[in-house]
Amino acid sequence: MKPAISIQNLSKSYKEVEALKSISFEVKQGELFGLIGPDGAGKSTLFRILTTLTLADSGIVRVMDMDVVQDFREIRNRIGYMPGRFSLYQDLTVAENLEFFATIFGTTIEENYDLIRDIYVQLEPFKTRPAGKLSGGMKQKLALCCALIHKPEVLFLDEPTTGVDPVSRKEFWQMLKRLKNEGIAILVSTPYMDEAALCDRIALVQKGEILSIASPDTINEAFHGTLVAMKSHRMYELLTTLRNHPKVASCYAFGEFLNAALMDGDEDWQSLEMDIRHKGFDDLVAYETTAGIENVFMQLLSQAEA
Amino acid sequence: MRALPHIIRKEFRQISRNKVMLPLLFLMPILQLMVLSYAADFEVKNVNLVVVDLDKSSTSQRLITKFTASDYFTLVGSFESTALAMQEIEKENADLILCIPKDMAQDLDKLMPVNVQLLLNAVNNQKAAIASNYSLQIIHAWNTDRFKDMTLPPGVLPLTVDIRDSYWYNSQLNYKTFMVPGILAILVTMLTAFLSSINIIREREMGTIEQLNVSPITKFEFILGKIIPFWIIGMLVMSFGLVVAYLLFGITVSGSLFTLYAFLAVYLVAILGIGILISTVTETQQQAMFITWFCIVIFLLLSGLFTPVDSIPEWAKILNLFNPIKYFVEVMRMIMLKGSSFMDIRHHFLVMVGFAIVYNVMAIRSYSKTSG
Repeated sequence: MKPAISIQNLSKSYKEVEALKSISFEVKQGELFGLIGPDGAGKSTLFRILTTLTLADSGIVRVMDMDVVQDFREIRNRIGYMPGRFSLYQDLTVAENLEFFATIFGTTIEENYDLIRDIYVQLEPFKTRPAGKLSGGMKQKLALCCALIHKPEVLFLDEPTTGVDPVSRKEFWQMLKRLKNEGIAILVSTPYMDEAALCDRIALVQKGEILSIASPDTINEAFHGTLVAMKSHRMYELLTTLRNHPKVASCYAFGEFLNAALMDGDEDWQSLEMDIRHKGFDDLVAYETTAGIENVFMQLLSQAEA
Repeated sequence: MRALPHIIRKEFRQISRNKVMLPLLFLMPILQLMVLSYAADFEVKNVNLVVVDLDKSSTSQRLITKFTASDYFTLVGSFESTALAMQEIEKENADLILCIPKDMAQDLDKLMPVNVQLLLNAVNNQKAAIASNYSLQIIHAWNTDRFKDMTLPPGVLPLTVDIRDSYWYNSQLNYKTFMVPGILAILVTMLTAFLSSINIIREREMGTIEQLNVSPITKFEFILGKIIPFWIIGMLVMSFGLVVAYLLFGITVSGSLFTLYAFLAVYLVAILGIGILISTVTETQQQAMFITWFCIVIFLLLSGLFTPVDSIPEWAKILNLFNPIKYFVEVMRMIMLKGSSFMDIRHHFLVMVGFAIVYNVMAIRSYSKTSG
């Protein structure tokens, strides 16, 4: 089976900024593939190239085995794209937006209703409401419906859950799972690490480069070294103390704990705990923890920068 | 092309949702026609007259009466010297001084030439020119009357020539008749140019253009989907304006309506092309508004709506060859007032077809470039 998306040595620069530096990866058919990375990593540029909106400087990019430059017209018929910012007609109603996007693809709402039914039933009560007056979560659902209404084979979602409340985010990802089961390949970007865990595979992107590609379960294995979670009521002082400690390679805040990675080969986290306690952090809570995607990402980032 | 009807329907839906735009489309023709036609009137009334009568004869009195009897002049005072009368002009109390020289009646009886002096306040030069014109007509009439009363010696003919102007196509030289076709032309131009230039920018600002660009809609379909709705609106607004012009001023189209609409049809395509071209080279609705405004004002001032185009300098005349509004104002006046036929405006028509093609080809090319 041909991959849904195949990218080889793709590069793209804007004047002075290198947005993408010779990246390569494949997304299989029916795969939910996540792009994780901070703002400015080049995710949106990658989406614009894949959706035939921007031309690459070099490299081979194929979607459903069609070239994004030569076969752009055919590709446009067979993909769905949800840009990062809400881009439906705010002054048209929910039903009118959906109808418009169905008709310009030469189809009707009825024809592909099965695909969007689960999502659209939630929108139906607001059918006659202008899209601009929907809540953030509802807007995203409508945008997803509009991107799906022509039954695309590949779906591109650029940060679909940014600015959406946690409940809607969860629902949104459940929908993606269902769409994946329909056989639609999905490329989704997100700045949220918890969402990354819901993908089949993820690529960590930073400054136009892919740091690592793996499944969420195995990507944790990429982390090397010992990781200690610590907490005190003087968090900021604790953070600076740990960052300056010779045993600590890096330290970041994760929720209510600080995660400190020890230097390569050093497994003796208890002596670090003692040391910190002696420095006046009497209420210190510390335990060894397993690395999550975020930790892996941070480690890869600092290695890439070194 | 199968997506085109859907794009047009979407466009009309959006226009119908716009709570400002829709009423404006129908209020503008009424208000503009009323305000511009009534207020921007060049007819001058209430010229304040000051008289310096040094003759004080029945002849001079008759001349003064001739002035005051007309609707245009109001006698606000009479003085013994020109210097005193000038003070009234300084104080802005008077617009015109009529100076009648000493012994005028006697000199006239002796058939000697007499100079009557008119001093005009030319701060408002238009008013002064028109007041001077009225005054000369009155003096001329007074002079003619005088000869009628006189018994001339045999063999002497009265030294007057009766000149009468006759204004064709607008026999009463009615200012409104002259202005209304031009104002209609401007109105339709402004509405369509602004609507089209803002529209595409709006799609870009709202991000909706991204969604359209990843759809199978072609650039040609997209531009056409923008032109057709506004073209229809332009046609409707013009029709509405013609009805208003008839109801308010009783102005009808002397020539063929078909010729008028045929020209309008091509003209609108040209103007919409300019609007879309502007929207492809700008980034925000504000920029598009300013550039459209700038273009329209330049085109408008050169169009001959307010001032005769024949008196502008050579370089501006060359510039004016590319001014679509000038052609349209001319054609509107030719068809509405003069009843010109298609053959009379065929030159204008061909030029407009050229504009329509050039501007739209530029618009489509420019759109392709900006959307990568």
